[in-house]
Amino acid sequence: MKKLVRVLGTLVVLGIVALLAFIFVPVQRTGPVTQLASDFKPATGQGEYVMRAGDCLACHTNEGGKPFAGGRAIQSPMGTIWTTNITPDKETGIGNWSLDDFRAALYDGVTPNGTHLYPAMPYENYRKLSEEDIVALYDYFMHQVEPVSNKVEETRLGFPFNMRFGLRAWNWLAASYEAGFKPTTGQDEQFNRGKYLVEGAGHCAACHSPRNLFMAQDGIDETSKAFLTGGEIDGYTAPDLRGPASGPQKWTTEQTAAYLATARNAHSAATGEMMLVVRDSTQYLTREDNLAIATYLKKIGTAPAGNASAALATPVVTETEKMLTDAKADMPLGPRLYLDNCAACHIVSGKGAGETFPELDGNSLVTAKSSKGLISVILHGAELPSTADRPMKLRMQGYDKRLSDEEVAALATFLREGWTNKAPAVSAADVKAVRDLAQH
Amino acid sequence: MTRTEKKKDVVLVGFGWTGAIMGIELAQEGLEILALERGHDQATVPDFQYPNMIDELKYGIRYGMMEKPANTTVSIRRSLEETALPYRSLGTFLLGTGVGGAGTHWNGLNWRPMLSEYRLKSYTEEKFGADVIPEGMQIQDYPMTYEELEPHFDRFEKVAGISGQAGNVNGKIIEGGNPFEAPRSNDYPMPPMPSTWDGVKFRDAAKANGCHPFPSPGGIASKDYVNEYNMQMGPCNHCGFCERYGCYNYSKSSPQTAIIDALKRKKNFEYRVNAEVLRIEMAPDRKTATGVTYFDHKTGEEVFQPADLVILSAFALNNVHLMLLSGIGQPYDPNTGEGVVGRNYAYQMLGGYTMFFKDENFNPFIGTGANGYCIDDFGIDNIDFGKEGFIGGAYWRAGQTNGQPGHTMPLPADVPSWGAGWKKGIGEWYGHAMSIGAHGSLMSYRDNYLDLDPTYTDRHGRPMMRMTFNWKDNDIKMINFMQTKMKPIVESMNPTIAQAGFKKEGAMFDVRPYQTTHNTGGTVTGSDPKTSVLNRYLQSWDAHNVFVMGANTFPQNTQYNPTGMVGALAYWAAHHIRKDYLPNPRPLV
Repeated sequence: MKKLVRVLGTLVVLGIVALLAFIFVPVQRTGPVTQLASDFKPATGQGEYVMRAGDCLACHTNEGGKPFAGGRAIQSPMGTIWTTNITPDKETGIGNWSLDDFRAALYDGVTPNGTHLYPAMPYENYRKLSEEDIVALYDYFMHQVEPVSNKVEETRLGFPFNMRFGLRAWNWLAASYEAGFKPTTGQDEQFNRGKYLVEGAGHCAACHSPRNLFMAQDGIDETSKAFLTGGEIDGYTAPDLRGPASGPQKWTTEQTAAYLATARNAHSAATGEMMLVVRDSTQYLTREDNLAIATYLKKIGTAPAGNASAALATPVVTETEKMLTDAKADMPLGPRLYLDNCAACHIVSGKGAGETFPELDGNSLVTAKSSKGLISVILHGAELPSTADRPMKLRMQGYDKRLSDEEVAALATFLREGWTNKAPAVSAADVKAVRDLAQH
Repeated sequence: MTRTEKKKDVVLVGFGWTGAIMGIELAQEGLEILALERGHDQATVPDFQYPNMIDELKYGIRYGMMEKPANTTVSIRRSLEETALPYRSLGTFLLGTGVGGAGTHWNGLNWRPMLSEYRLKSYTEEKFGADVIPEGMQIQDYPMTYEELEPHFDRFEKVAGISGQAGNVNGKIIEGGNPFEAPRSNDYPMPPMPSTWDGVKFRDAAKANGCHPFPSPGGIASKDYVNEYNMQMGPCNHCGFCERYGCYNYSKSSPQTAIIDALKRKKNFEYRVNAEVLRIEMAPDRKTATGVTYFDHKTGEEVFQPADLVILSAFALNNVHLMLLSGIGQPYDPNTGEGVVGRNYAYQMLGGYTMFFKDENFNPFIGTGANGYCIDDFGIDNIDFGKEGFIGGAYWRAGQTNGQPGHTMPLPADVPSWGAGWKKGIGEWYGHAMSIGAHGSLMSYRDNYLDLDPTYTDRHGRPMMRMTFNWKDNDIKMINFMQTKMKPIVESMNPTIAQAGFKKEGAMFDVRPYQTTHNTGGTVTGSDPKTSVLNRYLQSWDAHNVFVMGANTFPQNTQYNPTGMVGALAYWAAHHIRKDYLPNPRPLV
């Protein structure tokens, strides 16, 4: 009995010591993955380029705020996370950070005082950045960004997520792999450049990979089956990029690169979050880099090669197209609304026209698991950003004032079931939920 | 109250087609450029969006896109003896306003004049003798050749996105195109639009009568398109809402679809709306302009905008008005024939047949502004001026533009214009009518001109511009000739009823019914400062840092819709400003 008490007591003490250690012993920070020459200087523009590739601006700048001064609200399932000021301001920004501090934030998700960052900051992905790019990025933030004094609201999540030390355990699951980039052997330079951009700075998996049980990205490179097979962001579907019906697999690499550079290509157009990604990030990448991304995505596709393009090559007049062409007076509400509102641009074939009117047949937004994106575009329209290669802010108008919830539901359901699309119906309640969102 | 804005290198007065062309071309030189637009800002979405735009009452009948005469208008009289009265209710021509200007509400018909039209005076004298030119006619040559303009026509067609079928590429006649067109270096950038049934019927009848029909060339996209500025168009759906409307479908060429978003990316370009230019300010020696004064409708104050280069790129009538108000160049006096500003105002001579077919259904709800087929067999190059007794010509076109019931519902002449008989007529004939139009040239004359009105002023207290214009025998003869040639073709089509609509000898200009907005001349380009306001680079003879764009530069009107020529001249002028003027600002001639 005594012995048992002693053993239990020892275990309790050990447990408490372990817990205290878990909470208070500083996290081991990852050092540089490459020892650079002491006189290493990043090339002119390299830091800004890494910033664009990493899209730091998008999250760390508030609507109407100064660049990188933070304060933007990120809605997470755990609550609102406020992005931080990453200008070189010494009081409110990162002006006092050393290169090692900066690297630790990108690799380990910890601030200089050991506080864990919430993984809304995609250090799971940034952990793959090369030392050259980290130094370049550090140099950019320290010397090229205007310091802005801006104290941002502190993130206060509810229990248990306010116990930031818990992230230490989460990191064991999500970000404990060896830092730095490991090219895939047997693949060429272009593939690996694409891989580096997608998996590292581009942090595509943050949205496009599903999350596992622990809310970590389910796979951070192509060896994981679930990697980039689609995720969810704020209730919107981030589409699969690897399946046979996905954009990067159906399109040519040139078309995928055009999508990244201009938010549009011969088939589709970027809306919602992806439109912002193009606006703030990918349009600034070189043509070679966007082609590298497209090539990498193409090569990691799960489709048996050739199938998708063979299907595309055969022009088929679908039943939907026939019904729309016949335009019988007794046609159902959905297709009738399509004829009255959509067919002028998107055509009865659902194929749209070139880079101006997106294709709706096989469009990942139309058939997305969550219909929120489709409903939002029907209600509020969408505008493409002005880019160097395609300066036109092509804009689809919204129909929120013209169509009722029931009508939008009928139209969206028609789109999701029309031509070769097969996706579940949309209800008026779904539409109302999206409509209400905009009224807040 | 007058405020002074920071000086710019270039100020553009008006932000339509020519303002946008000049803006994007000169922006490439790194100059600081400002466009001042009298009207409001407008973009495809939300301003032209569906279905709001296709409101016939608002835009087709009540002219929602047009400048209100209460804000800007002209006074009109038909002879030196009449007293001009303000044009208070829009009728014969429709003056646009806002960003994109008339380039937003046009029909899209796009042409290059025929070869004789660039040197009409010399051509006429050489071929038919000087004595065929009647007393009082003041035709003259363009000071540049077609060969010089050709690359700029080509450029404008590619920028604007014109659909059509070439008929003459570098002298090689192409089957199916217009064999009489001036030789072009390239085909149109887009294939021709498909035609509705009325156009096809005309095509077949014209062909059977020995003519050479070809699809109408127009700024209506037949496919998806990307131009040299990477701007985009989408294929047209033939909704029939072109003229008087902005296109909701990104299908009609306009500054919005062809240029503006690309121009907005230039950091050295700025535009201000609701900024109505009142006059060009001159240096004390009156040899150069120092900038412009505009009325800022947002703040209600006059603003002086200094600039090194002033480019007038407003609508034709406004450009002439500003030159008159600013005292650049001597105003034209029809009594002495001296002076140049306001000289050679011209318009357009139109005529045609409307045919009713009991058993045909034309589905008039399908259409575009540049729909159908044309012939140039009676074009100006193909007319014997000596034999026929007139100078001029016309192109013909059949192709319905719309079937809007409020203003496009042709009825046989014996149908009453109201009541039960009217309703019965509508029931019987709506959708069964088609027309063939002859779109003819109009020459310039001693007493058709523009000057400042001695009585009426505008809302800023400036003298209104006065238009003195009437039809002349020469052009009426021309259109009557077209009637005699059209009649047998019409009869060969065997309509149930055919109605002729051609002006008769002695016809007086009537401002009430809509005719056309093709107002030309007033600040014409020429090689002699005694008979022109602008030299061959559209540069003012009197102030070398003032350039003037627009159809107001035409020495007389051509037989075509003017936009193609206006666009080509703008690119021609832009090219010479960039190449010759900017390196060494001076009179270029």
